[in-house]
Amino acid sequence: MSKTVETLIITGVGLNCERETAKAFDIAGAVSTLIHLNDLLEDGSRLGDFDILAFIGGFSFGDHLGAGSVFSNKIKHRLRGELERFVSDGKLVIGICNGFQTLTRLGLLPALDGEYFTQQVALSLNDSTHFRDDWVNLKAEPASPCIFTKGLDQVSLPIRHGEGKFVADDDVIARIEGESLVVLRYCDENGSTDCAFPANPNGSINNIAGICDTTGRVFGMMPHPEAFLSPYNAPNWQERKISGDLPDEGEGVVLFRNAVEYIRRG
Amino acid sequence: MEYRIEISPLPKWPDSRGRSVAVQIKNLLAMDVDEVGVREVYTIAADITAAEAERISAELANPVLQRGILGESDWRRFDWLISVGFLPGVTDNVGRSAHNAVGDIIGRELRDDEFVFSSIEYLVKGAALSESDVERIGKDLLANELIESINIYSSANRNPIPLNLPFMLDAESGVVKTYDLEVADDELMKISGDGVLALSLEEMKAIQNYFRTALDRSKFELSDQPTDVELELLAQTWSEHCKHKIFDAEIEYEDENGNVERIVSCYKSFIKKSTREIGERIDWLVSVFHDNAGVVRFNDEYDLAYKVETHNSPSALDPYGGAMTGIVGVNRDPLGTGRGCDLLINVWGYCLGSPFTPAEEVPDGLLHPRRLRDGIHKGVIDGGNQSGIPYGLGWEYFDERYLGKPLVYCGTVGLLPREIGGTPGHEKTIKPGDLVVMAGGRIGKDGIHGATFSSEELHGESPVQAVQIGDPITQKMMSDFIKEARSASLYRFITDNGAGGLSSSIGEMAEHSGGCGMDLAKAPVKYAGLQPWEILVSEAQERMSFAVPPENWEAFKKLADKRDVEVSALGEFTDDGKFHMLYNGKTVAWIDLDFMHNGLPRMKLNAKWTPPSFSEPELPESANLAVDALKLVERLNVCSNEYKARQYDHEVKGLSVIKPFVGRGRDVSGDATVSMCAPMSKEGIILSAGILPRYSDIDTYHMMACVIELAIRRIIAAGGKPDAIAGLDNFCWPDPVQSEKTPDGEYKLAQLVRANKALYDYTKAFNTPCVSGKDSMKNDCNLGGKKISIPPTVLFSAITKIDDVSKALSLDAKFAGDDVYVIGTTKPELGGSEYYASMNAVGNNVPKVDAELAAKTHHAVSAVTDAELARSAHAPALGGLSVGFAKVAMAGRLGLEIDFDAIPAESGMTAAEILFSESAARFILTAAPESSAEIAELLAGVPYAKVGKVVEEPEARFTSANLADANFALPLDAMLKSYKTPLDEV
Repeated sequence: MSKTVETLIITGVGLNCERETAKAFDIAGAVSTLIHLNDLLEDGSRLGDFDILAFIGGFSFGDHLGAGSVFSNKIKHRLRGELERFVSDGKLVIGICNGFQTLTRLGLLPALDGEYFTQQVALSLNDSTHFRDDWVNLKAEPASPCIFTKGLDQVSLPIRHGEGKFVADDDVIARIEGESLVVLRYCDENGSTDCAFPANPNGSINNIAGICDTTGRVFGMMPHPEAFLSPYNAPNWQERKISGDLPDEGEGVVLFRNAVEYIRRG
Repeated sequence: MEYRIEISPLPKWPDSRGRSVAVQIKNLLAMDVDEVGVREVYTIAADITAAEAERISAELANPVLQRGILGESDWRRFDWLISVGFLPGVTDNVGRSAHNAVGDIIGRELRDDEFVFSSIEYLVKGAALSESDVERIGKDLLANELIESINIYSSANRNPIPLNLPFMLDAESGVVKTYDLEVADDELMKISGDGVLALSLEEMKAIQNYFRTALDRSKFELSDQPTDVELELLAQTWSEHCKHKIFDAEIEYEDENGNVERIVSCYKSFIKKSTREIGERIDWLVSVFHDNAGVVRFNDEYDLAYKVETHNSPSALDPYGGAMTGIVGVNRDPLGTGRGCDLLINVWGYCLGSPFTPAEEVPDGLLHPRRLRDGIHKGVIDGGNQSGIPYGLGWEYFDERYLGKPLVYCGTVGLLPREIGGTPGHEKTIKPGDLVVMAGGRIGKDGIHGATFSSEELHGESPVQAVQIGDPITQKMMSDFIKEARSASLYRFITDNGAGGLSSSIGEMAEHSGGCGMDLAKAPVKYAGLQPWEILVSEAQERMSFAVPPENWEAFKKLADKRDVEVSALGEFTDDGKFHMLYNGKTVAWIDLDFMHNGLPRMKLNAKWTPPSFSEPELPESANLAVDALKLVERLNVCSNEYKARQYDHEVKGLSVIKPFVGRGRDVSGDATVSMCAPMSKEGIILSAGILPRYSDIDTYHMMACVIELAIRRIIAAGGKPDAIAGLDNFCWPDPVQSEKTPDGEYKLAQLVRANKALYDYTKAFNTPCVSGKDSMKNDCNLGGKKISIPPTVLFSAITKIDDVSKALSLDAKFAGDDVYVIGTTKPELGGSEYYASMNAVGNNVPKVDAELAAKTHHAVSAVTDAELARSAHAPALGGLSVGFAKVAMAGRLGLEIDFDAIPAESGMTAAEILFSESAARFILTAAPESSAEIAELLAGVPYAKVGKVVEEPEARFTSANLADANFALPLDAMLKSYKTPLDEV
């Protein structure tokens, strides 16, 4: 019998993607448990029961003081030890949208030189200065050590954020690029990363849409793979249905399946 | 100690916020500025040390992007500083989150008497700017003086910026006054007017009479005159907003032939009657009209609840706060329906003046429509996005008559579990002895008199306090809590606190048990100085009311505490027939529930219908149809509002199947949207709406017929079936009560009667019952010596289930070589059309709906989509076939070849008439040629024709042997440019 893969999804405080994120892990074969942030802060040891930790999308504390700020502040002051142990135990962490913002604020990403809990990069206000909901194309970097995107080439996913512009100082960007920590880049529909708005929806440096740490086990991305589980989520599903090449599942599923299989393999 | 923490962007990054403000100053105010900088300020008044404050300033800033310092940094390379904060008592959501974060940083929660205030400082560089220019920037762009403070500093002034500490001044609480109603009639009206009670003389006299005969008041140390708590309570309960007095009025209606009809309550005689009669032949109505939202059957597990509201008056005063309250407020309707829904989808729609209206045409005292529009969108964007609810429909309609009062429609769909704790989820009860419980935000002076104020026209002295500010995150936390409390069956009854606040929610709940008694001093308040009547009627946001069995109170309270939701038990429900309010144990109101709810005298009104007559525009013999068609696509009511719409989240929850914008470029607005009901579900929900206010100029009867048919037709176009569509009616009217101010009241009331008659006739004919609705009756504005009234406006929203979302359909042409069909006959019906409006004409031939043929057409088209034979379907509306073909082509990024002569049309029509008529019950369909025979079979008996082909060539080409001017082409590029440009970046 194969091992049960346990996923923890932190909820509450304005987060809102718990249902679809749980569904994503469930169809990938994991068992998802939703725990309210307040309950987790009260008993951080519960973190140890899980293999995968998901920081989901939403507006934790209304994005007040900058997206992810108040949330990461709570984690940093009240759950730091448990989270450090979780990461050093070889487990997986994914941050999506608000979760990605939180991971960068926490300093869990990219954690160059293994310096967890020191912020090195940021997701700032979109160049447009406002929230945008659209579908984007993403190119996966084959050299990245990221567990979640193994075997992935190009994928189409929705984005929905106001603060998603990936920025860092030049030397940090150079290190991230040099160490292949860029996981996903915005691209045009032909896969070219030589693109501007709206293909790059926020003005991110080097079209960066997602990065990981050097272990490849901590991963954050702005687009929403959990919002593309059904093939009928795709903007062009009708054409594909008529042409007879509509896949059975949405393109976001593979990221969750990769994670679950990694844990299952041990 | 008091500290100023300042967070500024690091100079190495472009300050995109500052740049955006600079662009707005240039574009909207036509002023030149060299540079704008923006920084955030948090002013802390708390028992913390300077070292702690130092740490806070470092940790609040994002170290990659920002620098946080204690104190004030030098800003004097700029010329001016504009500081924008909140006025005392106004909800400061950002300050509240900072209050929370500071607690985490210093390792102890801040107390309620420790404060963090947020403010924003705009630094402006511009040598030519005068102080009054800078004031204008503050007032007309950056802040709303109703809720925000603006302080301006010149760089010449070397003093430090004063700390932003908008404390509420301590004031006496618990003061109760008594009104003397034994006065002359004009004095009674003065009491009503001065108190913004919006009570008529007849109503004041009914109250006067009640207190003359009320018994036993001395038992509670009450005099035989009403307290302010009692009078305010009755004013709220009896407001037009809460009681729908005009819809309930007795009306003598005279038609154009002098026939007189007596109607007792339009609501009961037409809307409810239709639903009741339809209900006798269908089995899917679960709960209609009596709860906060209408409920219909969905599947074995869930029922579906839907409510659409308007929030017009608050949005006119404070577009951002008013509109945000609109969306988070309507969320609470499904949340408070049955024993509480899961919130699924939001909808929004706005009727506005053109954003391009020249400033001099906007009466003094009104916000410019562009500013209104920006604020309204931003409010609903922030409210909806932060609540994690995707939008399913969004539209805008522009007409100069909405300049005085914008209409802000917000709606929410919810899923209600069919069973909760072993009983049907839509049922709720209250037993005497159950606790009166309030949950959510604290009570402040915000939103006092919202219900009575919105029952008046907008005037110069409209009360500032009527504006509320929403906090979506407080509400999100509360709605998460409610879900947990619901699963544990901790409460018996839930309802929302909306208009009228506690007076309305507890007043209605008390009817279920037969009475209530509660102590207003137990309600949590934001600050001291609130009087009992203010606590009772405040419309402070994010609150729900519950009936909690006493044995569950401990568990209910404990769960709420764990979820950071404040709950308070204020008293208990009784069965003594009284609405009994106390303050610190002393009675402040004691009124018969029966009088509260049934003592309101029914209004008696007259309505007289005189059909208007407009001149017909002169159409040129031979029109340049290519030019006209492109111009129509460019009109504000047709063109794309994607720039704004994309700022709303429509993908959260992962349910979206047919999106608001469709086609190859995801940039053409569709007819309806389709959403799954759960991630990856096969079953889904279709939403559509219809709104055609200009038809009201000719006859509201046909306007109503057309909006109902259009909403249904749009559902069909998206792949829905006509059998189980539920409707929602939202009436927005100008004041229809004859008076000095409204000399044409009888005509406007006749318009209301006629719309109701059509609602009855057509909902019955289509078997589409209204399950919920709302009316807003005083949409006039009297400012600067000018009266502006909205055109009678009905939004008809439709909702239905789709069994299999894979059969859903969008309007874009999919493949070259497909056939193009037009279904339904085009008639010379251009009255009230977009085409006539483009010539500043109204005309008289408003589209009319042949209900029988329309229903037959709906069924036939639905059979085609159900058999998966159509590849696209579209319900043409504004701009007729012209705009319809353009959208099909643009969305598909494909061309069309249309044989004009094949279009089913009444004989003798000109090409312009065929192209621009807005006749109802028509579809444009595309389908594979091999489906032709099957489609013909299914469409038998319905007027239709194959009119052409989808082609690769990027143009819509029209040809005709009979009509010379009907030979022309519309290049795809030109259409897209016309469609996408007008509101791009606006």
